[in-house]
Amino acid sequence: MAKVKVATVWLEACAGCHMSFLDIDERLVDLVDLVDIVYSPIVDGKKIPKATVGVIEGALGNDEELHLAKEMRKQCDIIVAWGDCAVFGGINCMRNFTDRRQALKEAYVDSPSTVNPGEVIPHEDIPHLLPQAIPVDHEVKVDVYVPGCPPDADTILWVFQELLEGRVPTVPSEMMRYD
Amino acid sequence: MATVRKIEINPITRIEGHGKITVHLDEKGGVNEARFHVTQFRGFEHFCKGRDFREMPVITPRICGICPVSHHLASAKACDALLGVEITPTAHKLRELMHAGQFVQSHALSFFHLSSPDLLFGFDADPAVRNVVGVIRKYPDLAVKGVLLRKFGQEIIQVLGGKKVHPWHSIPGGVNRSLKAQEVDAIKAQVPQMKAAVKDAIALVKGYLEENAEKAATFATLETAYMGLVQDGFLEIYDGDIRLKGPRGRIIDEFPDWAYLDFIGEHVEPWSYLKFPFYKPMGFPHGSYRVGPLGRVNACDDIATPEASAELAHFREGAEDGLVHKTLYYHYARLIETLYGVERIEELMEDPDVMGSDLRVTSTELYPEGIGVIEAPRGTLIHHYQVDENGVLTGVNLIVATGHNNHAMNRGVDMVARENIHGGEPSEGILNSMEHVIRCYDPCLSCSTHAVGRMPLHLEIFGADGSLKREVKN
Repeated sequence: MAKVKVATVWLEACAGCHMSFLDIDERLVDLVDLVDIVYSPIVDGKKIPKATVGVIEGALGNDEELHLAKEMRKQCDIIVAWGDCAVFGGINCMRNFTDRRQALKEAYVDSPSTVNPGEVIPHEDIPHLLPQAIPVDHEVKVDVYVPGCPPDADTILWVFQELLEGRVPTVPSEMMRYD
Repeated sequence: MATVRKIEINPITRIEGHGKITVHLDEKGGVNEARFHVTQFRGFEHFCKGRDFREMPVITPRICGICPVSHHLASAKACDALLGVEITPTAHKLRELMHAGQFVQSHALSFFHLSSPDLLFGFDADPAVRNVVGVIRKYPDLAVKGVLLRKFGQEIIQVLGGKKVHPWHSIPGGVNRSLKAQEVDAIKAQVPQMKAAVKDAIALVKGYLEENAEKAATFATLETAYMGLVQDGFLEIYDGDIRLKGPRGRIIDEFPDWAYLDFIGEHVEPWSYLKFPFYKPMGFPHGSYRVGPLGRVNACDDIATPEASAELAHFREGAEDGLVHKTLYYHYARLIETLYGVERIEELMEDPDVMGSDLRVTSTELYPEGIGVIEAPRGTLIHHYQVDENGVLTGVNLIVATGHNNHAMNRGVDMVARENIHGGEPSEGILNSMEHVIRCYDPCLSCSTHAVGRMPLHLEIFGADGSLKREVKN
């Protein structure tokens, strides 16, 4: 049987959903016999290739993340949103109630340990912030939602198993967690 | 010569978070400069203002899913300081236990899952196999040991904090539960197997460093100062004074964590969201130093547990002034600390305090400022809060572990680029070597981008006309 190609990406997030995925522990050994991870922070691809399943962790908070989410949608048949940040925007949305420029000034000029007499704010060769941090499905269609901060490893594995069986699952409420 | 072309390595893969490298090339294809960029910003310092300080041990772990415990504990310590309390021995030891569990899981991830593919397959091996899946296929025994070691650490975190990622255990003034006897027994039973797994990994790294002694001697090697917490001179991860040791082995300074502002400043560059901390009396960049495993094992006099102490003695054999400056030795230092973590867990499992019931100290005081400092797996982590009389946060300052290594990572990437790129297109293997410089430091770019976003890793190589040659980012 041909292996199912899987791409994963982390956008505006903490990597915790990918860590929860690795928390399937020994079961990872069996899983890699069934799936081919073609793009992911844990492997070395630099461009997103065609894949059956595309997993997105994280909200959309800057222009580069928005671009990556659109690339994932274009290249993958099924998009899975992992975790509260991708599903709802998560903790990143706390910045939506504040002013971007003020946040930058506070971090790079006003903080008590910063020594920055020229008041330099980082801007070269780095992505620019979107006005607000938003959930993935505000910009691209999502097929499977897996909420949780992070989702349980068992839930993440169950979603993969369903997808491998050819089903597009809806996570039952008893497998969800919201903290 | 002016920069005419930039090569960008984007994203840097097999690291935690988002970053890129840029290499700036002149007309002849020589390297003007290579930079490591952190490309994300999330704004925790800003958006936490106005919250109740007691929420911080739950909010700040979301900075990083790999080392959430670091933020959980540094935050709880800052909250203890706001309340002006000294926590109980039971609370102190349980926090230490969770932290030791985190060191084991985070270091196992860095070594087995992210860096070992480069050492096992080679820096210029086929990128399609040069990853943890490749390790599982070719070296299944080793891979399973790594998986189980990480699991051991994660399960300790879960037992105490309810879940493996973003646990909730520490509270201002203490902790919310202790261990039951059967939980102690279950942890204890696994210790011998875990020690054996770490020792196998240490043997592997030592073998690699011996076989590749020439590469190890020069690969991004920097003579720098080193920082780490110490307790009576011993390596410490939860609570101690901050020591800075100079590149010739002299102790430059040792100061209490609450005095950090007198000693640590942060420099800003326009091309990275990650700031550049430095030792204030010496200024930037002269006062730059390194942290994390290499920083700690170099800064301390010794390690308090016997097996890690013996390994440290071996690590230092032949090292001038007792310091190892070789960047590839970060991996070795990381595994020595993993052994320390397992031994410390073993010690704590023999201590009846971990089953104690005196969990929390209450207080009627509220001080306007609280500072909490711990050693995260990647280095010294500082949380500094200011509150009003109702406990509402009016100021938050965070200096994350990875930041302290920012200058060293940039210098290391620059060195490898200059040594290897002399016109023409650099091979994938050379670019991966530059990425491996970053992997040595095991940077936590989620932590680094806590400020207001995510910190992508981004490497660009520029030509003499300022045009981009190649970019590496994650």
